[in-house]
Amino acid sequence: MILSGHDLTIGYIDRVVGRRLNVTITAGEVLALLGPNGSGKTTLLKTLLGLLATQSGEVRLANRRLSDYSSRERARLLAYVPQSHVATFAFTVETIVLMGRVAIGNVFKRPTAIYRDIAARALVRFGIAHLRERPYTMISGGERQLVLLARAIAQEPRFIVLDEPTTSLDFGNQGKVMREIRQLGAAGHGVLFTTHDPNHAMRTADRAYLLRDGACIGEGATEPILSRTQLEALYGVPVELICDRDTSRIAFLPG
Amino acid sequence: MGRSSVPGMLIAFIILIAALLLAFTLGRYPISVGDLLHVFTAKLTGRESEAPTTAVNVILQIRGPRVFAAVLVGAALAVAGTAFQGLFRNPLVSPDLLGASSGAALGAVIGIYFSLGVLAIQAFAFVGGLLAVAAVYLIGSTISTRDPILVLVLCGVVIGSLLGAGVGLVKYIADPYNQLPAMTFWLLGSLAAINKADLLPLFSLVAFGTLILIALRWRMNVMSLPDEEARALGVPTGLLRVAIVAAATLVTSASVATAGIIGWVGLLVPHIARTLVGPDFARLIPAAALLGGGFLLLIDTLARTVAAIEIPLGILTAVVGTPFFIWLLTGVSKTWSGA
Repeated sequence: MILSGHDLTIGYIDRVVGRRLNVTITAGEVLALLGPNGSGKTTLLKTLLGLLATQSGEVRLANRRLSDYSSRERARLLAYVPQSHVATFAFTVETIVLMGRVAIGNVFKRPTAIYRDIAARALVRFGIAHLRERPYTMISGGERQLVLLARAIAQEPRFIVLDEPTTSLDFGNQGKVMREIRQLGAAGHGVLFTTHDPNHAMRTADRAYLLRDGACIGEGATEPILSRTQLEALYGVPVELICDRDTSRIAFLPG
Repeated sequence: MGRSSVPGMLIAFIILIAALLLAFTLGRYPISVGDLLHVFTAKLTGRESEAPTTAVNVILQIRGPRVFAAVLVGAALAVAGTAFQGLFRNPLVSPDLLGASSGAALGAVIGIYFSLGVLAIQAFAFVGGLLAVAAVYLIGSTISTRDPILVLVLCGVVIGSLLGAGVGLVKYIADPYNQLPAMTFWLLGSLAAINKADLLPLFSLVAFGTLILIALRWRMNVMSLPDEEARALGVPTGLLRVAIVAAATLVTSASVATAGIIGWVGLLVPHIARTLVGPDFARLIPAAALLGGGFLLLIDTLARTVAAIEIPLGILTAVVGTPFFIWLLTGVSKTWSGA
């Protein structure tokens, strides 16, 4: 199954953010979206999620135009993990995860025992079953990100789109979330995530998509595409490449 | 469902029952609980009551309609307030946010200015509330923006103050000896003039709107998330927002048309309900209905028993509400954002 954008012009009513963008995500593959602040990453993400209408071009999901899907149909194939945020109301973690099931059944449908079971399994999968009854507002940022991942999984989608899943997390939680993202890909989900750290893309993604000033300046398998010259062109700063002598794995340092 | 919520719902129910007992027994003609039970069992079984005739009349003809109306109006305002707080993702919102009360007020004072009958004044108030919110919604939705909620709130504030100016103008040109006191009294809120004929329309409108909100209570959790997140979860937020606003406005307008402007209930009761059963709207909406009914019934009982003259409800809810609200702010901020 494929989620793809064809010759997209993206943006808001008063402003074009990006032009001539082509993106393809196949189920089972992890794609990292990289770019400086204001390059249009979030706008592209929202366009591919169907939350923002395209200005031209079209987004297709499973050989059908995304704009032809109802919001319920779309939610069964496509899940969104926003940046971990503080909710207005102190819902329990379980209530938040159960929201992933809201697209199933009609508008008056209430959560069933099966839904609760799915929610419980999603929490176990991310190692946060002990948080089930805790208020979502009283847990850490890393735990919140995992809860939102669990909610996306409870949705049982084919594609999962994450907006800067590691940005507000500490070092350890960044590693944990990246490992979960890799496993989502291995489990057959198509995953798209934005990140500010090329090392995260290198470690987690199969392919990378480089966005600068609303234009794609490079796309392909992470290993060749994430080179020093590409990253210097992308961020407009000097980049240092460092290499581990034993494993010969590489990482980048900015500045 | 959390086990911990069962006592909370039970407490809400007990408060309503206690309020009912107090409301029926207290007053210028005190009634014993025994007589009260006699009258109700007699009414239910169809037998002749053993209670004195005066007690029967006071309970069924005088206090009954007023008690029923107080519970309905209180429940309606509380449920509408709960729904609005979720929809606008703000725990400081009350059901008149989009101008339902100001619209109803303008309708009512115009009705009084033209010396219309009670029913016509109520109809004017009801339609005024609906029209005000419809206008706010239409204007709000013509402005395209990334934050539809904020635009709606701002439109509500602006239209609300315009309608307030309209109320001021009508009061200014009204006859200061007859009409002005009637307008002032209406604007302060009261259930003193309630009669049996008011109950059926009030009940049908409130029941209809409240049932819609109760049916949508599972979706309200998701509606309290940022709009894009809710849409990504598969919820048609635009449609649901219209449905929730329409249902909440229906019950608010019906309440205000019957009882005048009664502030605080729709703001305060959702908070109390949240401390009792938590923020999950699935439990919060029913709990708010029970508590709102009990709360306004207690206030109304105070209004007619505490002094020789009736105290307007709007004044009492403010007097009771302000310190209570400050106390709530010190203790329960954790049930909103934990910030």
